[in-house]
Amino acid sequence: MEVIFILIGCSLLVALLFLGLFFWSVRNGQYDDPHTPAIRILFDNKKSDTENNTTNPPKNTND
Amino acid sequence: MNSEVVTANSVVCYHCGNDCNGEVVHLHDKPFCCSGCKMVFQILDDNELNTYYSLEDQPGISFKTSGSASKFDYLNDPQVRDRLVDFKNDTFVSVSFYIPNIHCTSCIWLLENLFKLDSGIIKSSVNFLKRELSISYEEDKTSLRSIVKLLASIGYEPELRLEKLDAQAPSHTNRKLWLKLGVAGFAFGNIMLFSFPEYLSGSSLNTQGSFYLFFGILNIILAIPVLLYSSSDYLKSAWAAVRQGNINLDVPISIGILSLFTRSVYEITAGIGAGYMDSLTGLVFFLLIGRLVQQKTYERLSFDRDYKSYLPISVTSLDENDEEHSKSIDQLKEGTRIVIRNNELVPADSVLLSEHTFVDYSFITGESEPVEVQEGETVYAGGKLVGAATEMRTVKEVSNSYLTKLWNDSAFDESSEKLTVSSLADRISPHFTLGVLAIAINAGILWWTVSTEMALTVFTAVLIIACPCALALSTPFTLGSALNIFARNGFFIKGIDVIERLANTTAIVFDKTGTLTKADHADVSFQGEALSDYERGLIQSVCKQSVHPLSRKIADHVNSSSPRKVENYEEKVNKGISATVDGKQLLIGSTDFISAYCENEPMQRSTSKGDFSVVHIAIDGHWKGWFEVANHYRTGIKKLLDSFRNRFSTFLLSGDNDAQKNQFTDYFNEPSLRFNQTPQQKLNFIKELQENNQRVVMIGDGLNDAGALKQSDFGIALTDNVSSFTPACDAIIDGSKLQRMDTFINFSQVSITIIKLSFGLSLIYNIVGLGFAVSGQLSPLVAAILMPLSSISIMIFTTCSTHYAAKKMGLQIWK
Repeated sequence: MEVIFILIGCSLLVALLFLGLFFWSVRNGQYDDPHTPAIRILFDNKKSDTENNTTNPPKNTND
Repeated sequence: MNSEVVTANSVVCYHCGNDCNGEVVHLHDKPFCCSGCKMVFQILDDNELNTYYSLEDQPGISFKTSGSASKFDYLNDPQVRDRLVDFKNDTFVSVSFYIPNIHCTSCIWLLENLFKLDSGIIKSSVNFLKRELSISYEEDKTSLRSIVKLLASIGYEPELRLEKLDAQAPSHTNRKLWLKLGVAGFAFGNIMLFSFPEYLSGSSLNTQGSFYLFFGILNIILAIPVLLYSSSDYLKSAWAAVRQGNINLDVPISIGILSLFTRSVYEITAGIGAGYMDSLTGLVFFLLIGRLVQQKTYERLSFDRDYKSYLPISVTSLDENDEEHSKSIDQLKEGTRIVIRNNELVPADSVLLSEHTFVDYSFITGESEPVEVQEGETVYAGGKLVGAATEMRTVKEVSNSYLTKLWNDSAFDESSEKLTVSSLADRISPHFTLGVLAIAINAGILWWTVSTEMALTVFTAVLIIACPCALALSTPFTLGSALNIFARNGFFIKGIDVIERLANTTAIVFDKTGTLTKADHADVSFQGEALSDYERGLIQSVCKQSVHPLSRKIADHVNSSSPRKVENYEEKVNKGISATVDGKQLLIGSTDFISAYCENEPMQRSTSKGDFSVVHIAIDGHWKGWFEVANHYRTGIKKLLDSFRNRFSTFLLSGDNDAQKNQFTDYFNEPSLRFNQTPQQKLNFIKELQENNQRVVMIGDGLNDAGALKQSDFGIALTDNVSSFTPACDAIIDGSKLQRMDTFINFSQVSITIIKLSFGLSLIYNIVGLGFAVSGQLSPLVAAILMPLSSISIMIFTTCSTHYAAKKMGLQIWK
């Protein structure tokens, strides 16, 4: 039964990873605007070259 | 796709969807209502941005209402520019604009493809809910001015206001709440998992000491961030309240949180039990969900605007050589010569240098007719110029002008914030807290005879179980749903804490111009010989020359497309107009005015009685008939006033003269009709009502109501376009929805009843829990079931009953 110590440790690590991802997404502004990305994902336009050169990091992540 | 949308033999513009009204411009077989719309289509077509038209039908913005786009020179001024941009380094600039015209999917698509129209733009992204566009661009390739010009040219003119110049960086309080919620949820889930063996009391794991301690210590470690981080707002608020000698709802919550934590730590370290960490983290998790609901606001609406957002950001000034410059108005000094054009606002009190002009003060004073101003007279800030471009010299700075003085009243003083009526939950919490403490102490004393340890156990158990989580959730969940339902029905409230003030109202005060009546709208009908199209053309040509509101209303009404040259135009104040058009003499004016000219003609008088002005027409000395111009009431307003009259004391405050008094005597008692009110008098009148223990709702629309709206218990600003300017207020209502105001008040009262019912429900939970606690049988399992159960059932009960009540009242509950 001692294997539970390891399993619990692993599960906690995984959970902490997700908590960290959640923190990252909130700080990244993904919870600031819950509406526009839902619309934006429907545009099937080609990715333009200019967008790839962006040095100013885009706030939204799904286009 | 069918390029020409024809509905009932009218052609609809391919760009903006408006009726083309006969003047159709064609391009590529597509109809446009004006050359502005055609131009936008051309720009988009040339840049392969046609997707704009396939995402939604006729998504464009009509150009008929927006002004000229040749006024952005001030954006080249580095000082103005630096204050507008969010971020800037050597090459990059990022800036965000508020664009009220953003309204559909196509808008987002087009605005995010701006880089195709201007190669200097690197990235543009839209926040639809805030109506905000963030752009980052390269400064050496394009400029702020050309971007704003581009936006204006395709119909998305950003709203650039003076207040924006002084705007603070947006705070991220909402993000913090999400993080706290995340931590609490994470701990809640994991602790539940670790506590699971404890729930199955027969499990063999219980007996194995090492696991017991291991899980317990993990629980403590997980609960510490919840206590210190997630619940910090509650603990701080409770501590602040206690230090001031108050008890708010956060006090019993904090007592519960602290006793849960200390008791659990004690039980775990002493090896007595598994502790209540699952209940603690669950409690905080649910409380934070409630707070998230509570914080919901309408970011695209601004409830705290002052005069700064009403005035334009810049004005055209003249230097010594009569050359025109754009100047941002906060740099406007006394004695500057400025040029104001038709429909522009006067930014500061000025003296007129041109011969004469008309100024429309309706937004400032509520007076519906433009005032004539002669050379040398003062024009007050906030007036809108009607007529040709005019030169004037400023005599005061913007911040010292007549209009801005109102904001010096104490009602606008933030530090003396009007005594907020404490919420229902806050009012009962002192009683509740004292009651719980009394029960806890009594139960503790009773158990003292058995054992000291048992006494402590029971004492803390009572504090734990009585933690008013459900109580704290009922208000945000009920009013949060109510807020959503109100918004779906065109009534936008600032936040949930003001709904109770709406429910408690006893008096309702209306503004007249723009609120009960529509200033720029009238019901015009013609009585007498039918007019030919030619005659209508004559009348319109003459009426168009005049700035008198009746003339303008008639000109709009006759709507003929053949304008003619007007000669010998003469306007007699308060009488009428005489003019020659196409060789025919036209007389337009009052009964006396016309009868003096047509003595031989039998003139019929208007026989019907009612609320309208009469304008007679004579052509070449022949009397033709008369126009009846009635005030255009908003739909359903009479019914609304009737129903309000029986329920509340209703009052009418108008900045206008009392010429229309008779129209309102049917709906208001004589003494409650007040005319010729200045903005300050309106404010004082509300104050007077409040001193007589009335709780006042003020409904108004203009800056002249700003003081009254602020002073009233619940100020409602009325607007026909929700994203346009409204003075500071507690709620914004869509003009077409004003007729449902009585339903809205009913619904707010029902919401308060629902809160009271859910208080009752949560008290039942508390009593059941107290039964367990006092008898010394509160196991962690009972707590872990009872506390989430009560929270969730309160959430479900309040949400469902609010929606049910709204549906029964005929309010829209889904989009």
